[in-house]
Amino acid sequence: MLPAEILSLPTPAAIAAWDGAAVDGGSLDRGELVLWTTREKLPSLCRFLKGQRQFTRLSAVTCIDRFPLEPRFEVVYLLHSIPNNERLRLKVAVPSQDASLPSVCGVWTGANWYEREVFDMFGVRFEGHPDPRRILMPDYWEGHPLRKDFPVHGHKYSYKDE
Amino acid sequence: MQPTDTALDPRLAQETPEAPGAPRRMVLNMGPQHPSTHGVLRVVLELDGEIVTKARPEIGYLHTGIEKQAEALGWQQVVTLTDRMDYLANLSNNLAYALSVEKLLGIEIPPMAQWMRVLLAELCRINSHVVWLGTHALDLGAMTVFFYCFREREELLRIFEMFSGQRMMTSYIRIGGLALEPPRGWDRAVRNFIRGLPAKVDEYEALLKENPIFLKRTQGVAELPLERLLDLGVTGPMIRAAGLAWDIRKAEPYSSYDQFHFQIPVRTESDVYARFLVRMEEIRQSARIVEQALDGMPEGPWKADAPHALLPDREKMKTQMEALIYHFKIVTEGMRVPAGEAYVPVESPRGEIGFYVVSDGSSQPWRVFMRTPSFGNLQALPELFEGRLIADTIAALGSMDFVLGDVDR
Repeated sequence: MLPAEILSLPTPAAIAAWDGAAVDGGSLDRGELVLWTTREKLPSLCRFLKGQRQFTRLSAVTCIDRFPLEPRFEVVYLLHSIPNNERLRLKVAVPSQDASLPSVCGVWTGANWYEREVFDMFGVRFEGHPDPRRILMPDYWEGHPLRKDFPVHGHKYSYKDE
Repeated sequence: MQPTDTALDPRLAQETPEAPGAPRRMVLNMGPQHPSTHGVLRVVLELDGEIVTKARPEIGYLHTGIEKQAEALGWQQVVTLTDRMDYLANLSNNLAYALSVEKLLGIEIPPMAQWMRVLLAELCRINSHVVWLGTHALDLGAMTVFFYCFREREELLRIFEMFSGQRMMTSYIRIGGLALEPPRGWDRAVRNFIRGLPAKVDEYEALLKENPIFLKRTQGVAELPLERLLDLGVTGPMIRAAGLAWDIRKAEPYSSYDQFHFQIPVRTESDVYARFLVRMEEIRQSARIVEQALDGMPEGPWKADAPHALLPDREKMKTQMEALIYHFKIVTEGMRVPAGEAYVPVESPRGEIGFYVVSDGSSQPWRVFMRTPSFGNLQALPELFEGRLIADTIAALGSMDFVLGDVDR
């Protein structure tokens, strides 16, 4: 469970009072709060944070590839509450075998492009996304460029092919 | 396989409804090479007469994989990549990246460097806003303002060149402080520029405020309520023009911004005209900050004393054994950053910019995620366009003030 120094902060305390199983770990590093949640709890936790803790802004969604470790991906939600002047990073571990998460576009409309970018760059799918396409790379592109096993140079496409 | 046009975008073929009796819609491609998109943005518009019924932005034409490249470079080298994302707010980008990495390194930045960073970031904001003003006015048919604004920009670029030797890709703010000692006479050059600026800004504002064509094309155009903007992830002047006094410089002060006096301009109309007024006032407030920084610039070193991370002075390296060892280690192994992650948001001219840096303890970043304001702001485009005239889309597009290099990275 969460360490005491984190549970003394208002947001983790409110989450623990609402649903003790919603968060499975967290850390407070250099004043930045990180909470870990699970795939199942993600949508309800996001709705709770937006509704009850005024996290009206989703600053960004991104991903970290921990290759070759498993679970391979960490999807990170950078949340921000303007009234409380509070920032929070919500993380979900995603295994490479079943790289998918429920979409949070229903909670914040702005999640749309960020989730498309994570899919484009890392290949993590978002279930229930209204427009699940690539965003930066062309539609015919194979592979996901920001994965650690995707080469920086020497992949099979070049500008001459186009 | 050679991609055909419909393979590239199969939706193009589906766009026109074939059903008999359905309203006739026309699909129009705006961009990727369109003068008012200020870069290569493509918007697929579905039109009913002159009314836009659907707008779909397509981005990625300027994607250069900066985040991927950052993982293959050393920590200090990534600074040069940050210039190239948003080429109008290069110093804000440098600053945001440097702050995040310095947080991981735990380096204390001397006051002089902090104040100089504030001064440069504000000059950069003025530069970005005058370029925006000139091009926005040009889009709406007011050509004179464009020439005046680019005259100011030229003076600013000369100042940046004086500091760093480069006009646009300055890379002047580095991890640990500044890249070089500020040049002799820098304060005179900045003071000469900033003294004349407020009167000029008044003049430019009057040129547009008393221009009936500009007023007709901006007032009441592309309004969107604050809740929608926040929900879509918009930041910066667009939010402040919708009535929310939220500025990261005040809310989460960084780099000694808490020692400066300035106001956050706010309007409530949330139309193109309000965004124009907010940005004009921001130029004046930035000029105030620059003047305060000029008057109170502290004495002292321009980079941090952190031998484990920054190259030692040449003189020390030649005379002290320890400095020589550090120099050797940094040159051969690169700067090592302790494992961990940090995100420090910064108010760039366009909104919240932040670098989410993840380190595994080595001399290269494990991941650098760039939360760029233009990407977030551009998501509001369909809601700003839909239900409005084609002519208004140009005004709406200009009022968002995005840089495509910042969107695509």
